Amino acid sequence: MSASQVKRWKALIVDDEELARHIIRELLQSHPEIEIAAECANGMEAVKAVGEHKPNLIFLDVQMPKLTGFDVLELIGTDVPVIFVTAYDQYAMRAFDVHAIDYLLKPIGRERFDAAVERAKNRLGEKLLAPTELAAAARPPQQFAERLVVKDGTKVTIIPVGKLDYAEAQDDYVALATQGKKHLKQQTIAGLEASLDPADFVRIHRSYIVNLERVARIEPYGKESRLAILADGTRLPVSRTGFARLKALLDERK
Amino acid sequence: MHPLLTRNRFGPYLVAWIPLAVILAFLTTAGGTIRWVEAAAIVIPLCLLYAFICLSAWYTSKGAPIQPENTLRLFLGHITAAALVSALWVGLALALVYFLARMAAFHGLDQRFAPLTRIFFAAGFLLYLLAVASHYVILSLEASSEAEARVLETNIHARDAELKALKAQINPHFLFNSLNSISALTSIDPSRARDMCVLLGDFLRMTLGLGEKTLVRFSEELELLEKYLAIEKVRFGDRLRMQEDIQEESKACMLPPLLLQPLVENAVKHGIASLPEGGQVRLSAERQNGRLSILVENSWDPEAPPRRSGGRGLKNVQQRLEARYGNEASLHVSAEGELFQVSLFLPAESEEKA
Repeated sequence: MSASQVKRWKALIVDDEELARHIIRELLQSHPEIEIAAECANGMEAVKAVGEHKPNLIFLDVQMPKLTGFDVLELIGTDVPVIFVTAYDQYAMRAFDVHAIDYLLKPIGRERFDAAVERAKNRLGEKLLAPTELAAAARPPQQFAERLVVKDGTKVTIIPVGKLDYAEAQDDYVALATQGKKHLKQQTIAGLEASLDPADFVRIHRSYIVNLERVARIEPYGKESRLAILADGTRLPVSRTGFARLKALLDERK
Repeated sequence: MHPLLTRNRFGPYLVAWIPLAVILAFLTTAGGTIRWVEAAAIVIPLCLLYAFICLSAWYTSKGAPIQPENTLRLFLGHITAAALVSALWVGLALALVYFLARMAAFHGLDQRFAPLTRIFFAAGFLLYLLAVASHYVILSLEASSEAEARVLETNIHARDAELKALKAQINPHFLFNSLNSISALTSIDPSRARDMCVLLGDFLRMTLGLGEKTLVRFSEELELLEKYLAIEKVRFGDRLRMQEDIQEESKACMLPPLLLQPLVENAVKHGIASLPEGGQVRLSAERQNGRLSILVENSWDPEAPPRRSGGRGLKNVQQRLEARYGNEASLHVSAEGELFQVSLFLPAESEEKA
């Protein structure tokens, strides 16, 4: 057997702590079929490395600077088996359990590590649930997203929800409008709506969610519908039910 | 123990009998056949005696608390008791009058008193019932003040427990991450792994020890913080940089234990851990004009992913400050650009005073 045949798996280790990466590296020594393609100290690097190395196994720490493990998963999609690693995060652990996702707890023991690796190998090609749903499940109850992450090519943009003007559904994507720019993200508009605080964002139309802060005025348009005019002049269609929601929310704020 | 048989209650109780005795003496003389002196000779010892007899109502009242389903039975019971006690009292009155009549000064008193037996029986009957009623009032007052005291006590216990819980907080995240670091070091550098074990052991021991006390010297808390930072330094390596700027005089000040620990922990968890390149944690303290001011400062990423338990540590510190110092202490948080600052101001207490 040649060496290229032995190394059938390419793994990525993502953790912001060198010592934590070291343990995984060491535990992988007894899995000669797995080759370490790259190690990343943060989520940004990880997103880049996934594009470059096309790994087929990722060890992903949950709590990292800039991008969390969940953000990374949102950005890279779920074609690659992921093994999450966390020290202690009760909400994340529950989400993993509920959705049958492999995870390792620090300190990482060999037995559990080997079992997770075996399972992950059998999972290749199997789709996980939508990453945004998993991220939502791992969020503490009553807490909404505070930031949205999007990827344009290899460039990652973090949008704090306060800076989101509106979102528009476009087939399988949503276009997030912020500061005059639009970013495409693979997510349904209903999924996005569920992750945003309903006190700040309203679904004004089948295809639109608007940040209440940005609405300057509402004008009638045609027979049944209306238009929301944003502070920057953008005009968004408002459906009849959307108008009712908008009105209820504005009345509440008074 | 009877509630009226205490030194400062028994006197007023006897005084309360004086008007009753006067009324009884008045009734005794009203017929015109008994002189005031004779009335006094009868009424004074009888009232004194009855004052004691009526105290026995406390035991029956206490033993038979009023409940909706037994009101009638209780009522009848007390009436019967009143009749019996009053009859006994009238019997004693007759005996007294009989002996008084032997004396020359009170000649024929027994015959002149005979028509008054009914009045004395009625008075005795009513006085006993009055005593029963008063005892029920006393009992219910006692019960309500006891209940109040119990509520107060429960509140105090709850607050104590809360304060204890606030103090003894070893962050599980910190613990598991440290164990993971040790686990990594065992193969890379066994002697460093051992050092880390010792550091962690010291830290845990100190946390437990300090948590037991109500006040600790600032220098002790500092030592704990240094251990904590040394452990995190192993985990974060060059990403964690520290700076200490502690005025020597401030070290002798006393403050509640583990007050600063959560602040420094926040600085690492929300500050350093949120920055890929890491940053600085700066700790400074100064004692001036009887006030101790402490500043915990760290670099942070304002757009960092939100961490769980955000703000809980700060709130705990604030509550503990309030519980101990009231308005005398304050806590300020400021986040300007990439610098996060928490400042504490509290009265500088030295060991003797505390």
